[in-house]
Amino acid sequence: MGRKLLTEHINVEGINTFDVYRKHGGYRSVEKALKTMTPDEVTEEVKKSGLRGRGGAGFPAGMKWGFLAKPEGVPRYLVCNADESEPGTFKDRQLMTKLPHLLIEGMITGSYALGARTSYIYIRGELLYVLRILEKAIAEAYAAGFLGENILGSGYSLDLHVHPGGGAYICGEETALLESLEGKRGNPRNKPPFPAVQGLYARPTVVNNVETIAAVPVIVNEGGDEYAKIGIGKSTGTKLISACGHLNKPGIYEIELGLPVEEFIYSDEYCGGIWKGRDLKAVVAGGSSVPILPKELILKTAAGENRLMTYESLSDGGFVTGTMLGSGGFIAMDETTCIVKNTWNFSRFYHHESCGQCSPCREGTGWMEKVLHRLEHGHGSMHDIDLLVSVAKQIEGNTICPLGEAAAWPVAAAVRHFRHEFEWHVTNPKEATAPGAAYRGAAVLA
Amino acid sequence: MAKITFDGIEVEVPDGTTILNAARQIGGGIVPPAMCYYTPLKGSGGKCRACLVKVSAGSAKDPRPMPKLVASCITTVQDGMVVENTINQQVMDVRKGIVEMLLINHPLDCPVCDQAGECSLQDFAFEHGVSTTRYEEERRTFEKIDIGPLIQLHMTRCILCYRCVYTADQLTPERVHGVLGRGDASEIGTYIENIIDNEFSGNVIDVCPVGALTDKTFRFKQRVWFTKPVDAHRDCTTDKCNGRVTLWYKGKDVLRVTARKDAYGEVKEWICNTCRFDKKETSDWVLEGPAHISRASVIAQNHYELPVVNPQVIQDLPESTTRELERNPPLRLGGLNN
Repeated sequence: MGRKLLTEHINVEGINTFDVYRKHGGYRSVEKALKTMTPDEVTEEVKKSGLRGRGGAGFPAGMKWGFLAKPEGVPRYLVCNADESEPGTFKDRQLMTKLPHLLIEGMITGSYALGARTSYIYIRGELLYVLRILEKAIAEAYAAGFLGENILGSGYSLDLHVHPGGGAYICGEETALLESLEGKRGNPRNKPPFPAVQGLYARPTVVNNVETIAAVPVIVNEGGDEYAKIGIGKSTGTKLISACGHLNKPGIYEIELGLPVEEFIYSDEYCGGIWKGRDLKAVVAGGSSVPILPKELILKTAAGENRLMTYESLSDGGFVTGTMLGSGGFIAMDETTCIVKNTWNFSRFYHHESCGQCSPCREGTGWMEKVLHRLEHGHGSMHDIDLLVSVAKQIEGNTICPLGEAAAWPVAAAVRHFRHEFEWHVTNPKEATAPGAAYRGAAVLA
Repeated sequence: MAKITFDGIEVEVPDGTTILNAARQIGGGIVPPAMCYYTPLKGSGGKCRACLVKVSAGSAKDPRPMPKLVASCITTVQDGMVVENTINQQVMDVRKGIVEMLLINHPLDCPVCDQAGECSLQDFAFEHGVSTTRYEEERRTFEKIDIGPLIQLHMTRCILCYRCVYTADQLTPERVHGVLGRGDASEIGTYIENIIDNEFSGNVIDVCPVGALTDKTFRFKQRVWFTKPVDAHRDCTTDKCNGRVTLWYKGKDVLRVTARKDAYGEVKEWICNTCRFDKKETSDWVLEGPAHISRASVIAQNHYELPVVNPQVIQDLPESTTRELERNPPLRLGGLNN
């Protein structure tokens, strides 16, 4: 049984209230940080912990904090990115619903480390009920003296606001989030300047994922070195994985990084295997934007080693035979799944969510969706399959923000590993478009 | 000052200059195309991705190449930077891809479009595009939106460069239009079909790189390459308008009035709507002489000089490089006659 750092008390009755949370050791990190540590010491602990951004990119959080420009007399901000909307990822929602005070505690400790006097939680528009939970928890924290003027008599003051978005996936991109928070249209900004220099209201800003911030109290309480002992290599600590799809026990699991993927899928402690005793066909390991991998490659790397749930192991083999840990949206698909249909579905999402600012993404996402729609419905040609790869390549790397890549990668990977299935849709359209039809042939592994 | 090498040509520019503007100082065929960037408009650029270039050395201090292609219009130069544009195959391939993306939902109605002949997209496609399309789907179309008696908004042709939005934001006191919707459904609009009524609103016509915003008083009057541009001015009483314009003649008639544009189609001095829409008699104006069209476009045919490299730059080059440039020019010298 792996250690649970974030979700240890998640099922305690009333843990979403201040009193119960406090009784279970809540807000200790705030006391420890404000009373015994300097802001730089807190940052140093986070650096030592090796904590990496849990939102998808996996950038070391301590390093990100270290990049924050700190000019005199200019306010700085910590913004929590709670705009979780990647298909397959639903860990932050659970964390905020059940443990709102953990996020608030992390926000206070993190803001103290960064010297922010006002901090924001930008929450996805669809999660209005979570917003209410957070607002209630924030009010409790204010009442208990953990927010507001002169927290715990330390002289440090912090205001924390929750702000709902309009429900756009693109606002999870950090600069689009900042634009939206400023009250503008959620278009990503051109970088540089990076938010660490010019972020919210053109002030230095750090944007962190909910799970990243929730890990800060643990790191402060236990020490960065202690946290870094969990995990393998540069993948330290625990990670929430939201497992969904054709699994016996889908749900949110806190795993120690380094857990073998095979164990995660098949052991009874975690997902309990594929439902109805079927065979696994493919896995999208980190939310819909990461490359899909066939069963053979998700369980073992191309070199034949066990694939582990770490940033490095999952990306072993690059995009030819590897994928990414991403945001931890683990989608398992059984043998009855149609990969073409699935790719079309993902593509439809990115088409719908593209902000329309830069041309490759605006036009390319729609184009890919239409071609995939044609293929899925049996009207495609062999030429369309190559066209998909070509369009994906034209988008990738040429856009303002990573949404272009997020749209291109799944398509490119699906064609790479399941080309036979796409071709089957072209050569046997009647069979392929029959209800419940799925290709059972082998995947391309290299 | 920062010295950069652009396509093998060295140029020295002030710190903070963008790569695109540094390339424009060299001039000629090596200048990356710009569909959304517009020098006078703050915040413009970075959207169309037409100007992507390869930075093969970031600076003298840190000569590592930049991992991705960068938008030259918003990336500032560093001393010792080495940039590859026309000499880099990847850049050329990507540019071809951008043309394709911009054109898949474009109606290609150039034969009936007033912008034809002075259209940035037309030039861009002519230079970098292919003559066939791989797009088999239905193209996106929009209903025409009425934004008043002077300006025609034809969203179907729009490439969403945001220039008109910035113009309205920065030139006029009230913002009345913006981008509505998302992705390929986004459109320029005034929300509940408001009329754009502002003394400087006509400038959105000049900044529009395509035929999405056209002059209603000039629509379908004449193909632009049949009209004769003449520089003129008048004592304009409108605040912030200095009345320096280009009149476009057909015979004795002034068919339209526009602001003066430079070689990259950019307006440096905005003009008011009175000058643009109301003063269409020669007697309203003091004529200065034929306007020089330095754009390499259809409009420039027949009265058109060759695009040339800034002579000062040529002079500063070592002789071997000059000879090499003459033998193997990075720029296509001359128009269709060559």
